[in-house]
Amino acid sequence: MSTLQLKQIDKRFGDTVVLHGIDLSAEEGEFVALVGPSGCGKSTLLRIISGLEPSTSGDIVLDGQRVNDVSAAERGLAMVFQSYALYPHMTVYQNMAFGLENTGTPKPEIERKIGDAARMLQLDALLQRRPTQLSGGQRQRVAIGRAIVRNPKLFLFDEPLSNLDAELRVQMRAEIIALHQRLKTGMIYVTHDQVEAMTMADKIVVLRAGRVEQTGSPLELYNHPQNQFVAGFIGSPRMNFLNATVIGQAGRGVDLALSGFEDQPPLRVMLAPDVVKQGAKVTLGIRPEHASVLDGAASAGAIRLKVAQVEQLGGHGFVHCKLPESTNSMVVQFEGQNVIHAGSEVLVDIPAGACHVFSTEAGAPVLGSMAALH
Amino acid sequence: MPDTLRFLTRTSGRTRLDWTDWLSYTYLVLGLFLMFGPVLWIVMSSFKTQSGLSEFPPTFLPYGQRSVQVTGHEARLPLYRVKMPDGSTRELAELRRIGLTATMIDPAKPDEEIPVNIKDREKTSELRVATENYTELFGKLSFGRYLWNSVFITVVATLITLLFNSMAAFALSKYKFRGQKTVFLLIIATLMIPPTIILVPNFLVISNLGLLNSLWGVIWPAVATPTGVFLLRQYMLTIPDELLDAARMDHASEWQIYWRIVLPLTAPALAVLAIFSVMWRWNDFLWPLIVLSRSELFTLQLALNAFQGELQTEWNYLLAMTVITIIPVTLVFAFLQKHITTGIASSGVK
Repeated sequence: MSTLQLKQIDKRFGDTVVLHGIDLSAEEGEFVALVGPSGCGKSTLLRIISGLEPSTSGDIVLDGQRVNDVSAAERGLAMVFQSYALYPHMTVYQNMAFGLENTGTPKPEIERKIGDAARMLQLDALLQRRPTQLSGGQRQRVAIGRAIVRNPKLFLFDEPLSNLDAELRVQMRAEIIALHQRLKTGMIYVTHDQVEAMTMADKIVVLRAGRVEQTGSPLELYNHPQNQFVAGFIGSPRMNFLNATVIGQAGRGVDLALSGFEDQPPLRVMLAPDVVKQGAKVTLGIRPEHASVLDGAASAGAIRLKVAQVEQLGGHGFVHCKLPESTNSMVVQFEGQNVIHAGSEVLVDIPAGACHVFSTEAGAPVLGSMAALH
Repeated sequence: MPDTLRFLTRTSGRTRLDWTDWLSYTYLVLGLFLMFGPVLWIVMSSFKTQSGLSEFPPTFLPYGQRSVQVTGHEARLPLYRVKMPDGSTRELAELRRIGLTATMIDPAKPDEEIPVNIKDREKTSELRVATENYTELFGKLSFGRYLWNSVFITVVATLITLLFNSMAAFALSKYKFRGQKTVFLLIIATLMIPPTIILVPNFLVISNLGLLNSLWGVIWPAVATPTGVFLLRQYMLTIPDELLDAARMDHASEWQIYWRIVLPLTAPALAVLAIFSVMWRWNDFLWPLIVLSRSELFTLQLALNAFQGELQTEWNYLLAMTVITIIPVTLVFAFLQKHITTGIASSGVK
């Protein structure tokens, strides 16, 4: 049961700046996911929290105490590494006992703790095996078990599921969630997979190029992304981005013309008129699950697109459409099954209420996020 | 066993011998003779008696002249097959020989002396393994002392070599510090200096430290080897740093990381270095010759040399001693060779 605060963490390797002033806080028992594309500095940030890597500047505060100069071992955190980092020459039992032995824990207590952890993770039968004799999922459990027996203040996970196959990953994900609910210990979880972050975390921190792009609950990030990067990163398949121009303002909304569809009736989205100027170029974001394929007559805001590809998944499916005057394609989700074929034309409805509007300048904050949910 | 046979008779073609098979088998058999022939010859010869060694033509198997106990004579007498003037052959024992005539007696009738021209007789020989070459060796020349000196130097020097070199390799492979590359390059650069060049400086150092005529004077200059540091460093680079990080999170001190994590995982490389070190120290001749001048401190190699230097060389003992000096290196190789090929670090991670 511990809290963690990071204050203005900077990290430089020589001249390369890896982290720029990271602020982050994790409440008691909170599951925080750090997500971002590879190279965004999330693993470095985790290593700084663990104490394995010093930060160039900034403070790490654990339970109200500044721990910058406290060694990795003394911080009382436990880390699960991407490669599991099990000691290959020790048995599962010895792997789990190593840390406890080093702290001078009495033998009976070590046995009890390992017994408890092994039962919890169903490792009882494997205690005398060596890591080489275990499957990927079992090694993963041993790595988690090694963290559990130390009864840490916080668990740190460094992309723990990335070496597992898809099926096992889903299973381990559920096990980690169950573990979190059971232990109620805070977890900091690094992943590049937004699905993992969305399904597991209480709080997600989206990182890009060493900067925090947005922090919030999974649904907050989904519904109200603060910029185009977060909007594109969270959600699967990713949000569609269409170029548009502001052609008119009316009341509390603006009228947008989608490029390639200037002759169609404009799309009226809710956006404070003073935010954009007449004629400004903007990017319109619409999630695949919010757009829909119309089978009937055209309605306002619907556009006609050529189908490039159809993915039928049974329960639902996706239509990939070509966008005029753009290299992007537009993905639209449909429920159930469909008879659309590649090469045909479909009418795609873009509900104005579910649209997000972004400035076209790279990295600029969102102009309006009008998700219909909530 | 059938597996071994199948392995030894493997062919590249399916059934018939390809020309490449002929080539490789010829090469291998030739190599076997070249490499193993002399060793085998020494081992066989070490079981021959002094006279058996000077026999011409030489025999592969150890033959010795048959001898017989004759009543009235203390020593056993050598047996000869003698062609008698009447054309028959008899087995007679030689009593004495003067010039071309030998005085022989029939073991059955010890009183009757028969003069025989040495041209008319030939030795009778039998397969006889002269194990006394070995058993008597332990009484001669304080052999046990030499063996102990050699074993002590080899074992202690190897242990210290492994310890020192692995510590240097650990620092050079797992820590980042200023001058790391320079230190490593300096160590490697010493490979370019021939040992003969540093012989005199080494001698002066050892002499000033008062280590002349001490086994430690042989051990200390040998324990830091650039080859060992290089070998172990390269191997340790393959041990993932995440393991060390995990150990650090596990409250392990840097010494524990070295001793309990890195060292066990470096076992294959340590085995290779151990083999090298044992061979180097065991076969070392020049340096012990310089440092050790008192004969009770001699190693086996020095004793072999001193033994040969005496007025008369007792080849049978010399050969037996040579065989004994070969054994440890062979054993070390036989038992540690599997470590050379096995790597355990690669499998634990991922």
